[in-house]
Amino acid sequence: MKTNDVILQTATKVVLFLIVLFSVYIFFAGHYTPGGGFVGGLLTSGAIILLLLAFDMKTVEKILPVNYMYMIAAGLLFAIGTGAGALLFNVPFLTHAFTDVDLPILGHLSLHTAALFDLGVFLVVVGVTMIIIKTIGEDD
Amino acid sequence: MLNTVVLSAILIISAATIGLIYRVIKGPTTPDRVVALDAIGINLVAIVALISIALNTSAFVEVILLIGILAFIGTVAFSKYLEKGVIIENERDR
Repeated sequence: MKTNDVILQTATKVVLFLIVLFSVYIFFAGHYTPGGGFVGGLLTSGAIILLLLAFDMKTVEKILPVNYMYMIAAGLLFAIGTGAGALLFNVPFLTHAFTDVDLPILGHLSLHTAALFDLGVFLVVVGVTMIIIKTIGEDD
Repeated sequence: MLNTVVLSAILIISAATIGLIYRVIKGPTTPDRVVALDAIGINLVAIVALISIALNTSAFVEVILLIGILAFIGTVAFSKYLEKGVIIENERDR
């Protein structure tokens, strides 16, 4: 039977961006409020899963041509890079540093290398979740 | 005053959730159960909001949006399984 998913697909096109925006917010707010890389990554993969539900595997691969294996590798490199970068400054492994900067548009910011570590967690969580879902989902 | 109102609202929503749980257990067909689970998710949103009022904190605001998103994705997945038999298609026929 041929089904027509026009309501689901149109709703997905609107809701998807809200979910991605919320996940980015939760990722960046993790330092001061509840959230962080883990929840943000799970929410981003939830958005991709909603895309997989509304469309099919081939379309989503065309929209997001991402190899999730490389995504996990990049996340682990971010994590170990922020850890090993501390060794260059003659401090113990995984010592984090922060600085206050004044940017022209964004204003007063406190940049912390823990955010880069969190970006690694984010990438690993998205990659692992999407690999699990896609491996179970495809039917060969 | 506010505490009494919030507490009674939590009690009323809990009673509504118990009715929905009855529908999940008893519901003769699977779509009944799916709709009841979706409504339980919405009631959870209300309960979290009321509890964050009662505790006088805004730390649970993210949880409210998160439950809403997860209930939506879960319900869509369930209904797609009920309609097509697969959740994620390899290639859509069009």
